[in-house]
Amino acid sequence: LEHIGIEPGRLHFSWISSAEATKFVEVAKEVIGSVKEAGPARYFIKRKAEVA
Amino acid sequence: MIEYIEKIRQTAGKLLEEGKVDVFIGYKKGSVPMMNEPVLVSDKEKAGILYWDSNCGLNLCNYITGRTDKIGIIANGCNSRNIVTHIIENQIKREQLYIVGIPCTGIIDHRAVQRAVGGREILDVIEKDGEFTVRGKDFEETFKKSEYLQMNCMTCTHHNPVIYDEIIAEPIEESGNVEKYSDVEKIEEMESSKKWDFFSELISTCIRCYACRNACPLCYCPTCFVDESKPQWVGKSIDPTDTMTFHILRAYHCAGRCTDCGACERACPMGIPVRQFTKKLNKDTENLFNWEAGLVEDQRPPLDVYRVDDYNDFIR
Repeated sequence: LEHIGIEPGRLHFSWISSAEATKFVEVAKEVIGSVKEAGPARYFIKRKAEVA
Repeated sequence: MIEYIEKIRQTAGKLLEEGKVDVFIGYKKGSVPMMNEPVLVSDKEKAGILYWDSNCGLNLCNYITGRTDKIGIIANGCNSRNIVTHIIENQIKREQLYIVGIPCTGIIDHRAVQRAVGGREILDVIEKDGEFTVRGKDFEETFKKSEYLQMNCMTCTHHNPVIYDEIIAEPIEESGNVEKYSDVEKIEEMESSKKWDFFSELISTCIRCYACRNACPLCYCPTCFVDESKPQWVGKSIDPTDTMTFHILRAYHCAGRCTDCGACERACPMGIPVRQFTKKLNKDTENLFNWEAGLVEDQRPPLDVYRVDDYNDFIR
């Protein structure tokens, strides 16, 4: 996906077990941080059809 | 390549006569020049319609999926690699196939030729000794074949079939070090927003006809995700978002399976270089898993198996 233009930092993969609450919090915070940094997405936004 | 025709006809006729195969799959001359069509022959008297030259760009593997009879099939490099992929994916059994191998010197890019003659209507094409002559109403021009190959044939490293029961001619020399992925590398160097613009521009003329999917030998799902309506995975309009989703997903479904045969690009009525999507994935599977699709019969594709040393850097 990064190859077609999704910025690095917007897409995250992680493997978290249901027992790893701390890791979940950590990852979630990190994701929020890096996505905020990337700013609002301009991809895959479907606009309402313009009807005359 | 044209000199193989007689041999192909004889071989097909013999196979059908001896009952070794029930049907022979090859190419015949198209109704339009430079567009040869796949054909299934089951009557030995009709083996004479079989044809082979540098305009046989579609992949014959589309026609063997799920068949239960005995099949004779023509296989150049690409076709043979897709046959192997089909065998691995249980779409056909090796015992059902009698593969007639053809060393292939590449397929002509009909669009490039069309451009070279200024869009004038080509009525006939004749091939000889690495050159081909196109004729129209009041023109005749000769081109060097090596300069008008399809992009994937330009950088081909598998001219010879990787699997066959019989080969029509001596295997030809494979090209050594070709820079297969220079175009992908150029995109990799771009900024994210440039990449997005590049691909958006690329597919801006897409009419969602799905010719690329239909021409692709890998796309044999009974119902394609784009045709599903319950649930509907992707919008059916030509909204740029829907179109992009289609192209990305189409490419992903081919990851580690694509042989870069170029059928998708050839079939596209809008001339979109759709291989740009699959090529990146081919490059990645080659770099990360040391894998090129359709070369060996006894190995599962990388996305189908788990290995302890699998590439893992993207996950945390």
